[in-house]
Amino acid sequence: MGIPFDQIAIQTVNGLVNGLILALVASGLTLIFGIMDVVNFAHGDLVMLGGFVGAVTVASTGNFWIAMLTAALTIAVFGALLQMTTLRPLLGRDPLTTILATFGISLVLQKYALWQWGPSARRIPEPITGQFALFYLQYPWYRVLGAFLSAAIIGALYLFLKYGKYGIWIRATTQDRIMAGAMGIPVPLVHTTVFAIGAAMAAASGVLFGPLGGVTQTMGFDFTLRAFIVVVVGGMGNLGGSILAAILISLLEAYASLIVSPAQAVIVSFVALIMTLLLRPTGLFVPTPR
Amino acid sequence: MSAMMPPRPRSATSFWIGFAIVVGLLVAAPLVLPPFWRRFATEILIWGLLAMSSDILIGYTGMVSFGHSAFFGLGMYGAAAALLQVSPPNLWLAIAYGLVAAAVVAGFVAYFATRLRDIYFAITTLVFSQIFYVIIFTWTEVTGGENGLTFRQPALGIPGLFQTAFTPETLHWFVLAVVVGSYLLLRRITRSPFGMVLQAIRENEPRTRALGYSIERYKTVAVMLSGLFAGLAGILYAVQNKFAAPDFVFFVISGEVVIFNVMGGMGTLVGPIAGAGFFLLLREGLSRYFTEYYLIPVGVIFTAMVIFMPQGLLGFARRRLNE
Repeated sequence: MGIPFDQIAIQTVNGLVNGLILALVASGLTLIFGIMDVVNFAHGDLVMLGGFVGAVTVASTGNFWIAMLTAALTIAVFGALLQMTTLRPLLGRDPLTTILATFGISLVLQKYALWQWGPSARRIPEPITGQFALFYLQYPWYRVLGAFLSAAIIGALYLFLKYGKYGIWIRATTQDRIMAGAMGIPVPLVHTTVFAIGAAMAAASGVLFGPLGGVTQTMGFDFTLRAFIVVVVGGMGNLGGSILAAILISLLEAYASLIVSPAQAVIVSFVALIMTLLLRPTGLFVPTPR
Repeated sequence: MSAMMPPRPRSATSFWIGFAIVVGLLVAAPLVLPPFWRRFATEILIWGLLAMSSDILIGYTGMVSFGHSAFFGLGMYGAAAALLQVSPPNLWLAIAYGLVAAAVVAGFVAYFATRLRDIYFAITTLVFSQIFYVIIFTWTEVTGGENGLTFRQPALGIPGLFQTAFTPETLHWFVLAVVVGSYLLLRRITRSPFGMVLQAIRENEPRTRALGYSIERYKTVAVMLSGLFAGLAGILYAVQNKFAAPDFVFFVISGEVVIFNVMGGMGTLVGPIAGAGFFLLLREGLSRYFTEYYLIPVGVIFTAMVIFMPQGLLGFARRRLNE
């Protein structure tokens, strides 16, 4: 193959950066699925809403970090309300009904964003504008920072799940909802909290993604689809698997875009999903089940 | 889905009387309706056929397909291929091409997707429809890419007997005949032993497997059947509108099909057609006030129906009538 080494190296960096931001989206999705069997079709639209809230806040305050915090908090509250009104009544019903309900929500959110913020893309300015030389490219530091921030948020989530009181409650509810309830854990509250956390992570990744690709009202579906693929490839409800799968899928897409157009490179991740489902339906990065 | 009640046995006579009345009204529709609503009625029938085809999976087998746009779109592009290549355009050839295209795609999707259950099936069908969307969208030389393909409308005719151009009325009656024929065929299929096995899979898959049925084979046939009728709907749409566009392979169409099913009532065959009519009327009515934002109220109504009225309009009405 006549692809020079420096291009491959650049695509590796790109794939890692995109992969970590995608991992942030997917870990929220997989957390929500793992704890309440909800396949959140509106997850990408929460990313989109977060991006818009961030863009609006940056425009008024001029501070990227305030914007990110505002977006995460706003969307967390919004997610909690959403879960209480639409998903709580569906608890115990077929998981497929949750796909249908969240699909309805996704329609509403997308058109709401169009109505509120219009069809044009909004770009969030980068908080740091420095660049460094990567072969023939001037590579922006922001991309590296975004990747590190994503990793940091995921790491914080991991520590929270491992050591925090709520984190332990969440893990207990994931393992056995009924037993957790019997031990005095407020299961409905845990569900709402998890949805809020997942929504906040989605919003944060929306703001992080803002300077890279801009925020548009149609970006939600793309994120939902990619997060679905990642979560299935990594193993539903498996946090570590989702992160590895997000990086793997993004790297595959980055390499594929060296050969074909980016629009066609998406097919690589579709094929990865189908191969995973055929060869290892429980997910690539989980131990073989008993 | 598993919570659904089995259809209550009703007397056959009252069913056929109701059937005759509805078909009679639909036959008379183009004669009395103004042009706009005439076209609207034809469209409801086409989307209804698409919704009905997906009901075989959603309502009868318990598999939610989020990829019906692939079958619909391939039927459309298959018909387009026949209409563009053969001159003068031939209706029956278009139908044959469209059905073959839809069947090939359905066989391909079925081979992979039927090994999976529940949400995995839903996600896989969604991903497959996106694969076909990307291929059609980017393969500009063959599919016309973003602009799609336009072609001439074929004439209605039986070879050797007669040949006449479509008028809005005859097009409506032709679509009606296809939809009613499909409905009767699907009704027969869902009541056959084969249809019973599909419903057994919906109710309890492990038990059906334990009884000795080859689940994968039944599911494969169900997906193929569903894909064929969805393709038929795509062909009718292509004939009506004289174009094929990648938008019709995109996820939005698949989503609308699911909406039709939920709104009308899954597992009833007629329900999805009613759901399609309800959705299109709702869109028509609401877009006068909300313009392109009509999906906001429609989405709210849809979500509320998923939560409070999972049996859909038809199931709701049936329960009310039986009380």
